[in-house]
Amino acid sequence: MKTWKEIPIGAMIIEPGSSIEFDVTLWRVFRPVLDKNKCTKCGLCWIYCPEGAIMVKEDGSYEINLSYCKGCGICQKSCNVKAITMVREDEKSST
Amino acid sequence: MLEIRWHGRGGQGVVTAAEILAIAVINEGKYAQAFAAFGPERRGAPVLGFTRIDDNEISLRTQIYNPDIIVVLDSHICDMDGIEDGLKDNGIVVLNTTLKPEYYSEKFKNAKRIATVDATTIAIKEIGTPITNTAILGAVTKATNIVRLESIEKVIKERFRKEIAEKNIKAVREAFNQTIIFER
Amino acid sequence: MKRVALSGNYAVAYAVKMADVDFVAAYPITPQTPIVEKISEFIANGELEAEYVNVESEHSAISACVGASLTGARVFTATSSQGLAYMHEVLFMASSLRTPIVMANVNRALSHPLNIWNDHSDAMPERDCGWIQFWVESAQEAFDTTIQAFKIAEEVLLPVMVNLDGFILSHVYEAVELPDEELVRDYIPSKPLINRVSPKLSYTIGVVGPPEYYFEMKYQVLEAIERSRNNINNVNKEFSKIFGRKYGNINNYMMEDAKYALITMGAVTGTAKFVVNELRKKGEKVGLISIRCFRPFPMDEVIKLLEDVKGVGVLDRALTPGGPGHPLYTDICCALYNAKNKPIIQSFVGGLGGRDILVDDFIKMFEIVKEVSEEGRPKPCVYIGLRG
Repeated sequence: MKTWKEIPIGAMIIEPGSSIEFDVTLWRVFRPVLDKNKCTKCGLCWIYCPEGAIMVKEDGSYEINLSYCKGCGICQKSCNVKAITMVREDEKSST
Repeated sequence: MLEIRWHGRGGQGVVTAAEILAIAVINEGKYAQAFAAFGPERRGAPVLGFTRIDDNEISLRTQIYNPDIIVVLDSHICDMDGIEDGLKDNGIVVLNTTLKPEYYSEKFKNAKRIATVDATTIAIKEIGTPITNTAILGAVTKATNIVRLESIEKVIKERFRKEIAEKNIKAVREAFNQTIIFER
Repeated sequence: MKRVALSGNYAVAYAVKMADVDFVAAYPITPQTPIVEKISEFIANGELEAEYVNVESEHSAISACVGASLTGARVFTATSSQGLAYMHEVLFMASSLRTPIVMANVNRALSHPLNIWNDHSDAMPERDCGWIQFWVESAQEAFDTTIQAFKIAEEVLLPVMVNLDGFILSHVYEAVELPDEELVRDYIPSKPLINRVSPKLSYTIGVVGPPEYYFEMKYQVLEAIERSRNNINNVNKEFSKIFGRKYGNINNYMMEDAKYALITMGAVTGTAKFVVNELRKKGEKVGLISIRCFRPFPMDEVIKLLEDVKGVGVLDRALTPGGPGHPLYTDICCALYNAKNKPIIQSFVGGLGGRDILVDDFIKMFEIVKEVSEEGRPKPCVYIGLRG
């Protein structure tokens, strides 16, 4: 860890966008799985995701970046067409 | 060092008088301090002001308890008990009153010189309001030799708008001429 | 150079103008108000190009100053008493975020009972907030120290508080030598500060400091204020070369052969100086030390000056109820504990809530110092002028 001499003055984080380095893959119990056939591309999950873990792709479809997803399930609750299901991480192999 | 205590009531410009004198002597190259009795300011209430003058830098930071000179801007206050307190022996008193200086020789027992001027009448005539601070400065200038009349006038010119400054300078000169001095 | 008559408050306002400050946020409070009134007048007249923000409280004033300082602006604020107390929590952020804010604190007592007059009880509780603290004796020193404060603050990236006594200094008109504005602006040129926020540079400011980082962060402040001793010395030296007036971390008077001394802070030092002169005329070997730079505390200078002194009186103008001693006394005792030769140290408290400390009071203090030195041990704290 950095010594007092190495920490930027005022404890500022001087590199922008440093949260990219923060991987929360292991924080989840449930993982959201998006059914692209059901998805209407309405964007509600993208609006509601508190972590900004849902990405819009060029073709307008959505993708969940699991490196930043904490598994809260808000996207599932927000989806009107039930295109998102929460799946237990420890049952990964059986699904 | 010379210490002056000013008495008046809020709104008469007691503090301004103390300041104008200090600024005038500072401009003459001496050292001076001017301040009010520390605290809130209220129109009409009795007010104290102070000026210290010396040829050298002044280090004292207390209020003034034993003045060399007492100046009273308000004719009611001239008769108030206690305003003579602490005057040094052979001190000087300058009063705004319609009375002759001899009248106050009993009250200010240890004063060697008492000067009086009807500053209220002069202020009403020249300035239009009974604000006596500039007129009394004319009397102070005449009764003491601490400052030159031009120095007082210069500060007034710098401090007030042109027309107001002119009226006040008239009041200073008028008071200077009308001041009556009683020497013991 | 111009010799003019200014009040202590106006002297500070002129220094702020000459320092070409960019940003001022303040909330009025007696006896500080004339400082910010004058500054807003300068800004309104176009004599000072700066942003003046009217805020709804002192808490907001200092918060706005922290934000403005982080953009690299030169920032000033002023307050007193309750206002400083209301700023309390943000003062720590200002030092830890390393914002070089300069503040004039016009010393006034804290309520209750409500009191607008002068003592040191507002600044003393802020000793530990990581600000450099100066205490001045005259309007001239208030002007000079405010100018110096900007230089020191920007060199070490710490906020600086310039304390001037309410009324007995803030409201006294006296002679002040104002240097030419260009000279001051050359002395403290505007320079880009590190960690400057702008639309092009994005930083994260005001982070969480978990147990793994908080200690290191706080140590940075400690190290900076320790290091500031050098900067302050150099600034004092350079200042005397350019402007001709000499200041130290402590201002000592007649200490060369003094047997008995008093330690004071702020404007009452002037009255004490007057008394030292009077006593010297009578052949008494008395001297005076005034702590000008209270944080960082001038330990070494105090130890050295008191080496051959028999007894010293420490005058506090604030209380530490229930403490081992009142604030300045405790610091002096701590500084001297490990000194080889130390005097008898007598504690005094006086001038609370604006009570005048008279010439006779100082004479009495010197008498007591002499008396306890001969007895070889100090009395409990003597409360000057307390009835009963």
